[in-house]
Amino acid sequence: MALLIPTMATAQYPEKDELKFGFIKLTDCAPLVIAKELRYFEDEGLFVTLESQANWKILLDRVIGGELDGGHMLAGQPIAATVGVGTRANLITPFSMDLNGNGITVSNAIWEEMKLVDPALAVPKPVHPISADALKPIVDAAKDIGQPLQMGIVFPVSTHNYEIRYWLAASGISPGFYTPRDTTGMTDADVLLSVTPPPQMPATLDQGTIHGYSVGEPWNQQAVFRKIGVPVVTNYEIWKNNPEKVFGMTQEFAEKNPNTAIAVTKALIRAGKWLDESIENRKKAVKILSRSEYVGADEEVIAASMTGTFEYAKGDKREMPDFNVFFRYDATYPFFSDAVWFLTQMRRWGQIGEAKSDAWYDEAARRVYRPDIYMAAARALLAEGHLTAAEIPETDGYKAPDSGFIDGKVYDGHKPNEYLSSFEIGNQSSVGKMTGR
Amino acid sequence: MSSDSPTFSLGKVRIIRVVEGLGLEIFTPVIRLLAGDDPKEQVKELARSVGVPLLSILAFLILWSNLAASVETRIGSLPGPAEVWTEAKGLVAEHYAERQKAVEFDQRMVVLKEKWEAEGRPWKNRVYSGKPTYFDQIWTSLKTVFAGFLVASLLAVPLGILCGLSRTMNAAFSPLIQIFKPVSPLAWLPIVMILVSALYTPEHPFFEKSFITSALTVSLCSLWPTLANTALGVASVNPDHMNVARVLRLPWQTRVFKIVVPSALPLIFTGLRLSLGVGWMVLIAAEMLAQNPGLGKFVWDMFQNGSSATLAQIMVAVFTIGIIGFMLDRLMVILQRAVSFEGTVSA
Repeated sequence: MALLIPTMATAQYPEKDELKFGFIKLTDCAPLVIAKELRYFEDEGLFVTLESQANWKILLDRVIGGELDGGHMLAGQPIAATVGVGTRANLITPFSMDLNGNGITVSNAIWEEMKLVDPALAVPKPVHPISADALKPIVDAAKDIGQPLQMGIVFPVSTHNYEIRYWLAASGISPGFYTPRDTTGMTDADVLLSVTPPPQMPATLDQGTIHGYSVGEPWNQQAVFRKIGVPVVTNYEIWKNNPEKVFGMTQEFAEKNPNTAIAVTKALIRAGKWLDESIENRKKAVKILSRSEYVGADEEVIAASMTGTFEYAKGDKREMPDFNVFFRYDATYPFFSDAVWFLTQMRRWGQIGEAKSDAWYDEAARRVYRPDIYMAAARALLAEGHLTAAEIPETDGYKAPDSGFIDGKVYDGHKPNEYLSSFEIGNQSSVGKMTGR
Repeated sequence: MSSDSPTFSLGKVRIIRVVEGLGLEIFTPVIRLLAGDDPKEQVKELARSVGVPLLSILAFLILWSNLAASVETRIGSLPGPAEVWTEAKGLVAEHYAERQKAVEFDQRMVVLKEKWEAEGRPWKNRVYSGKPTYFDQIWTSLKTVFAGFLVASLLAVPLGILCGLSRTMNAAFSPLIQIFKPVSPLAWLPIVMILVSALYTPEHPFFEKSFITSALTVSLCSLWPTLANTALGVASVNPDHMNVARVLRLPWQTRVFKIVVPSALPLIFTGLRLSLGVGWMVLIAAEMLAQNPGLGKFVWDMFQNGSSATLAQIMVAVFTIGIIGFMLDRLMVILQRAVSFEGTVSA
């Protein structure tokens, strides 16, 4: 009888506590895996099943369709879905899963050509970051003979897409535009970017079908281990501490199950904090992630990027403690300025068809990114002693103007149109004209 | 009882019939040997039906083992029988480890239940939500293929009977059948996924959407052999039988169930057998994309892992799929024998 009468106490329990989340086999699904394996979900009274998905599209569709209650998502996915780029649905995110974590790898053949163009690259430990300047003559030559270079990305609204486009455009290479008639983004392109599922990237690179790809780990290190390619730059170098993956759910789910949303966020914040606590924890995480039901790659390949290092050309291993960031630098807080950046890039390349006002960008960001859920979770964790006050950011949702980009440009989230006008290649803010070649 | 007595012979024949009914006819020579039939002939028969296949399997393993040792790709070397066997054992071990985790989970839940009830928090019985093990995946695949096969047969057999009996109906359905028959499951799958997503939206689904999507895709691809063979079988019923039915003015139910179906049964079963085979093949492809947690998903997930054990694991799956397909086929043969008249079964 007592079970049927809702008491004040039950008002704070998760409404739906048997949950199924989807993830893709990339190392930055770690917060979800750790939250499950270290029983942080169980501590919140949640019983979670994690199921790997075949690709980003299927994961997105299944979250929208309700088969999955939430998922590991590319930061661009909930934003794109809500503003209507690709499948339309109202998605939200209360938690940013990590910063950085991607790399751009080119084939051995391309790397050799790059070394010929720029002899400074031909040393055992070249100076990083490597821009696409050395690639430009190769791109132009390939285009002249009618066989433009092909590169792989994982999804049209993925961070990897915007990062490789940023990197190419910073050196004057046009990565192609999306138009109402061209949904593949290859209009006026010097380099053709197309979607390839991450596990197939090393094989297609080896065969020469693509000449490079932009992807998360372990696929860049896999290329190094199998000697089929060379990672030339990481997204940490393209944009220092850039937002990468988020945890996404439908707005409907969050509205029907507000306590569940907060409980899930609490468990994920604890997992992120654990991951960044020590290299020892990272090593334990690597062991768990290498299980076949999670990322499944060999331990040494995962460890190559998750334990504080990153290997470029074989033998060129660099210290990179921030290659994956799960909690430091307020990595878990969903900043509006991050959402606005993705929106500006969607506009820059034409996925958003018309110019929008600054207010539109702000309003769209506020619909998708939900720091209110995050703060509710953080305050609860503070009360329980799992977080210190110093670890909770005090912010209006916008980071300070950021100049950590490979081309030195400054990004101020409050001024998206001004930011768009600062690029040579890309749709300008108000005129909406493409300036590709 | 001497080995010449008729009772003995009858007993032997009965045993042989049972053995054949169970699909184990390769053991018939053994029984005959024991019964004292001409030993030279039985040994020859045994050598051919058991010995030769064993030798060829052995030769295949040796050939594979040598090939694997010599092929080195950059994605990894081709695994030989030894590695595949190791991975198979690994999968079995994982299965037991996972069951152990479930036991530990249940123990934790006992403790948690006490804690919650002390707080006044409502308790529900919780089931361990770990990964599906290899055996779970095999079982899911079998359930899905049978669901799909059942739906396909329930559609195809009546439709086939209709098309076989009436030339008008046959003409009506024929163009549609010819157009849809060659369509690959990978082309049906997105359509089925979208339809299921839109139409199957109960509050508390009994079947998972991925299960329904996979089963329906299996049905769509596997109903054609049954349909074609049923129609053919029905159309080839001995016209004398139909004439007798007309003379006796038998109602259509009697005609169908007492004359047509029993005569057409061998061909219907041939169709069912082919359909099950096709369905099993289609299932693996459908599962990969629909994310049904069966063998197809296993293969795709292992491929996505890209680990050094991946190729060997996928080969374990290949053999599992093959062996199960073989056993399903034998099952159909046994069923066919059970319902057919003697001498009408082609093994």
